[in-house]
Amino acid sequence: MSNPAVGALRQSGSLFALGLDVVRSLPRRPFQTKEFIQQSWFIASVTILPTALVSIPFGAVIALQLGNLTRQLGAQSFTGSASVLAVIREASPIVTALLIAGAGGSAICADLGARKIREEIDAMQVLGIDPIQRLVVPRVLASMLVAVLLNGLVSVVGVAGGYFFNVVLQGGTPGAYLASFTALAQLPDLYVGELKALVFGALAAIVASYKGLNAGGGPKGVGDAVNQSVVITFLLLFAVNFVITAIYFQLVPPKGQ
Amino acid sequence: MGVEITVDGLTKSFGRQVIWQDVSLTLPAGEISVMLGPSGTGKSVFLKTLVGLLKPERGSIMIQGRDLVTLREADLYEVRKLFGVLFQDGALFGSMNLYDNIAFPLREHTRKSESDVKKIVSEKMEMVGLTGSEDKLPGEISGGMRKRAGLARALVLDPEIILFDEPDSGLDPVRTAYLNQLIIDLNDAIQATFLIVTHDVNTARTVPDNIGLLYHRHLAMFGPREMLLSSEEPVVRQFLNAQRQGPIGMAEEKDADELAQEQAEGYEMPPLPPIPLQLPTSDGNARPTQRPPGEWCRENGVTPPPGSFETHSTAAPRSEPELAS
Repeated sequence: MSNPAVGALRQSGSLFALGLDVVRSLPRRPFQTKEFIQQSWFIASVTILPTALVSIPFGAVIALQLGNLTRQLGAQSFTGSASVLAVIREASPIVTALLIAGAGGSAICADLGARKIREEIDAMQVLGIDPIQRLVVPRVLASMLVAVLLNGLVSVVGVAGGYFFNVVLQGGTPGAYLASFTALAQLPDLYVGELKALVFGALAAIVASYKGLNAGGGPKGVGDAVNQSVVITFLLLFAVNFVITAIYFQLVPPKGQ
Repeated sequence: MGVEITVDGLTKSFGRQVIWQDVSLTLPAGEISVMLGPSGTGKSVFLKTLVGLLKPERGSIMIQGRDLVTLREADLYEVRKLFGVLFQDGALFGSMNLYDNIAFPLREHTRKSESDVKKIVSEKMEMVGLTGSEDKLPGEISGGMRKRAGLARALVLDPEIILFDEPDSGLDPVRTAYLNQLIIDLNDAIQATFLIVTHDVNTARTVPDNIGLLYHRHLAMFGPREMLLSSEEPVVRQFLNAQRQGPIGMAEEKDADELAQEQAEGYEMPPLPPIPLQLPTSDGNARPTQRPPGEWCRENGVTPPPGSFETHSTAAPRSEPELAS
């Protein structure tokens, strides 16, 4: 235990073990419908507003950058297309992930951590109920569902924000902006964006649950667990995002080649 | 009738720190046993190991021919249905009111109709004296009530084994006395196997049929109540009589120098206080598993300290609260 490398490996091992346990518990009945709906509602309610508020400036920044860049390159007609591409492929899954991890994941971790230190989790196990099936699975599914839906929201708000900044503020042509949407972007871009959101939602919930269920050392332990869960989720998200993007470019050739 | 638990050669450590090793004991079916020990000797860890929440490094825990240590997770959940556990602070689910908390195991594990659930829950709530508090949330009630609600929840599935994690911590002496009486009456009524983990000496002296003492990473002694209460073994004697003189120090065990000095000063342990009578049920009868006072001492040729087993003998070196009879 004293060796930090061994400790880190052990932690990652247990994290993966929890992930596997969640997958294994998925088909187990009875499915916790009530808990799933409550959690979906809860995660949605803590993430919707911040997500919408973050995605407007995010879309705007992309629109501003691209507006200038395309003008410099003399490719103004592709402004709309490029901003859609940037928003749907990268920006919206990342914004979704940051908010799911920051708002949803921290809430899940704090909730489970508080239950852990109050011995509620132990009590549940002693009463013959598997907390993974009862508590973690509905949270992971809820977080995945909300992530996918939020990703849609961010995409719409981001594209609309881009349109507003490009057309209204930078004096772009509305028709050209809309018409160029399909010049570079294609439907698989949307699919991969949603897939990323799905994976990020699952990751955020699993890391948060893992940290929450292993919280110890009183109220301070819960605080530490929440902190660590957000940091670890962010690190994982960016790494996984890179991997998915790399695979995507291998599998789906960009349009126009 | 309760179930016997046989623990053999149990060793538990966290990392390199050994909590206790080679613990072997048998909790006799239907009897009340107490596990005593100074703070921080892993009593709660022992209790959690018994229900399979923590995995020991070595040893076995046999219940009805099954070894809890090697059992698969799914089977473990099955065996746990034999258990009822009262956690230190009750471990009630904070989001549910008391009624839902107590009904929870029934709703999860049985197909009983809501009216049957209500009947059982009301019965258990009455048993622990909580009638009328059904709608309260765990955050709104006192620690003593939370413990009693936790006990009611542990009882609804009619467990064969009930484990109590420090039932008397954080309670005043009067409430502790009531809770002890409740434990005795419960044992009489359902005859399950009871294990109480505590460091309260009064509870240990008057409630159980058997006492165990965890000390210095091992089980110092486990046996019938009278055996430990009449024991000359320094650790057992020091702890059961709440004295400073003896092998147990403030931090952990005293070192050899300190002990030598204590002996050089010619200090002798005070005489053993008389062994109190065991707590009877509230209607004054003996429980089925209760042995007649003094039986063990007679059978083993031990002379109990003078004044033992007298109706009005003081229960402990310090004054004990009088029980409402």
